[in-house]
Amino acid sequence: MAENIALQLKNISKHFGTIMANRKVDLDLVRGEILAVLGENGSGKTTLMNMIAGIYYPDEGQIFVDGKEATIRSPKDAFEYKIGMIHQHFKLVDIFTAAENIALGMHDEGKFDMAKIEASVAELTEKFGFEMDPRKKIYQMSVSEKQTVEILKILYRGADILILDEPTAVLTPQEIDKLFAVLRRMRESGKSIIIITHKLHEVMAISDRVAVLRRGEHIATVKTAEVSEAELTEMMVGKKISLNIDRTEPKNPTDRLIVKNLNCFSIDGIQKLSSVSFTARSGEILGIAGIAGSGQRELLEAIAGLQHLSGGEITYIDPQTGVEENLRDKTPQQIRELGVRLSFVPEDRLGMGLVGNMDIVDNMMLRSYRRGRSLFLDRKQPSNLADEIIASLEVVTPSSHTPVRRLSGGNVQKVLVGREIAAAPTVLMAAYPVRGLDINSSYMIYNLLNAQKENGVAVIFVGEDLDVLLELCDRILVLCGGKVSGIVEGRKAKKEQVGLMMTKTEGVS
Amino acid sequence: MTVLITFIQRAILQATPLLFGATGEIITEKSGNLNLGIPGIMYTGAISGVIGGFFYQNACQAAGYAVVPIIAVLIPLLCSLVGSLLVTLIYCFLTITLRANQNVTGLAITTFGTGLGNFFGGSLIKITKSDVPYVALTKISLAFKKTLPFASKTGAFGTLFFSYGFLVYLSIILAIVAAIVLNKTRVGLHLRAVGENPATADAAGINVTKYKYFATAIGGMIAGLGGLFFVMDYSGGIWANNGFGDRGWLAIAIVIFALWKPNFAIPASFLFGGLYILYNYISASMALIPILQMSPYVVTLIALVLTSIRNNREKQPPASLGLSYFREER
Repeated sequence: MAENIALQLKNISKHFGTIMANRKVDLDLVRGEILAVLGENGSGKTTLMNMIAGIYYPDEGQIFVDGKEATIRSPKDAFEYKIGMIHQHFKLVDIFTAAENIALGMHDEGKFDMAKIEASVAELTEKFGFEMDPRKKIYQMSVSEKQTVEILKILYRGADILILDEPTAVLTPQEIDKLFAVLRRMRESGKSIIIITHKLHEVMAISDRVAVLRRGEHIATVKTAEVSEAELTEMMVGKKISLNIDRTEPKNPTDRLIVKNLNCFSIDGIQKLSSVSFTARSGEILGIAGIAGSGQRELLEAIAGLQHLSGGEITYIDPQTGVEENLRDKTPQQIRELGVRLSFVPEDRLGMGLVGNMDIVDNMMLRSYRRGRSLFLDRKQPSNLADEIIASLEVVTPSSHTPVRRLSGGNVQKVLVGREIAAAPTVLMAAYPVRGLDINSSYMIYNLLNAQKENGVAVIFVGEDLDVLLELCDRILVLCGGKVSGIVEGRKAKKEQVGLMMTKTEGVS
Repeated sequence: MTVLITFIQRAILQATPLLFGATGEIITEKSGNLNLGIPGIMYTGAISGVIGGFFYQNACQAAGYAVVPIIAVLIPLLCSLVGSLLVTLIYCFLTITLRANQNVTGLAITTFGTGLGNFFGGSLIKITKSDVPYVALTKISLAFKKTLPFASKTGAFGTLFFSYGFLVYLSIILAIVAAIVLNKTRVGLHLRAVGENPATADAAGINVTKYKYFATAIGGMIAGLGGLFFVMDYSGGIWANNGFGDRGWLAIAIVIFALWKPNFAIPASFLFGGLYILYNYISASMALIPILQMSPYVVTLIALVLTSIRNNREKQPPASLGLSYFREER
């Protein structure tokens, strides 16, 4: 058995600042097997794989390749050990052909001969059952073809261990079938494959063994044939942890926002939302759960008027008059005037909500500069508002004239949420508002959202931590691959139930 | 007929500085560096050659020797290459190492190079103590303009093909070599990858910084030769301050017109050279001259509009042109 181990990780730890991404992880990969690495967002799957591929260097622990200790400091080192990784974002030159991309950076012996390279690429293509023309340009290719080029690039360099980071996320069901067929053929020819995924049915379909990670720790590695989907889900999400977030009963909730059959496509033509319908009620927090990239961003942007929709309706019911308004073809400005506030916090905190180089007062003015008839801007009110927010939300800042980019993440967040709430919204949408925040700041944000809820605001909360969603939200809408897989009651739902809904898509092999 | 042949011959002479500039800029831009310092670098290449030639010619005169043609060519040539290299390295250091804005740096280099040229040009004029505001290196120029021996014996054919100094042929050879290197070699593939997508090139193990430095430096030196040709061959060795005109900008326009292909730059620069002097050969009124001189730019604008409308991915500038690259902290 021992000589059959292609790759072994012992005691691997890695942290970024104070966050522990991986803690004492042990893992082994047998030659000629497909190992699935399963885990929620932020469970440390990709970090762990990046350490094998040479993108990160572990703080602690050892990596053994073929039984010998290996030091992998760069992707180049990884190639020396015949390890190659296919990332989610392809690294390809658009106007080059497939063969040119594959040859890039290679220093073969002898004369540079494109025809020869094309021939050997074609040979590889045939051997593993891919479908690809080595002379096709990347920009004319579909996502699946680009992925094929990436895989070929690694095989061409002679890799024996392949790591695929969520390879199926961008593929259609038919393409996934083809990919799996190719992976099986590679396994037969003795390659070892690690596939990162959080789709359970894919784990069951393709892998020989599954390694489950949770919060950076290795939970177990089990034989796929001996485990059920339910057992895997439990290992993945773990037991419920109590957080003691206050949750009041909604006071006479009425419909505020009715979303019907939303459809939306990305620029690349991938369907991001399909027939999404739900109702957000006043005095209630509606949670949105889902694996990252399941359509959360598109959904919120659609409501805020930032996404082009290919179908569906968004109806807003005015709380005073009861008049119904269709938001679909309105501009963000018009929507904002109706009282829909979007507090959007993408990965890049300062990207959409605040301007990093402007101070807190100026950032307040982004919302108010249209007010008043004077030729000059009214700086007094925003200045008062800034001081109010600094005092009431305990923003740590030298003054209200400090550029917001110099504040810490939690304080930036308080400024942003404070401004949005000060505008007295009727619908408040917050996406990942506690990402990267410490415990105290997180609770302050939860309390702010709860206070809004008690004021009769319809709050939509996109979160990634299931424990928080289950304790904070009245209802939870679960998205999976752009579809609604269900809406559950926050008070009654089980963590495993939501976890399963997040990973389940029907109709896929 | 003879008028036509003279026109073509003059057009090619006019085209040569443009072709040097365009070839240099294409090589530079293929690495993702938009070097708007090319006009200044060409000007520096010219004055550096003039300085070298000036001191050699003076030394010969003082010692009473005749000017040796091969040395008369080599000294200005080397001085020109070194001069344009030094100025280009300033651009490289600022944009590649310090990641300064390429547009701003390029324009600063153009201003700097022109000022440098005028400063040393003025100094040389002072040294000669002459009454006229120019330096004449006629003996050096004769060495540069030396044509093939059978040029004058083969009639119109000879005038068309053999009546030029060696730099004219060098400009065409360099353009062809550049085209071959870019499209047929591993180095060319890597260089194009750096200009298109430096992150991908980096991940593939290509040294992005090294490629950018070498491409920009070599491009600057080739462009500098355009300045040298202009003063030593085209102007007959006469240096006058600000004599170079807008040829540097025209070279950059050719890069766009030739769709970033050095082999296309050869006919493109001939065309631009012809348009530039066309007013001498047609009986146009004085008022038309500026319009005719403007025509190369109009042609470039039309080319830009057409390629943008067709939106062919392969006829676009390198994708990361004008952007600095730095590996993200991971």
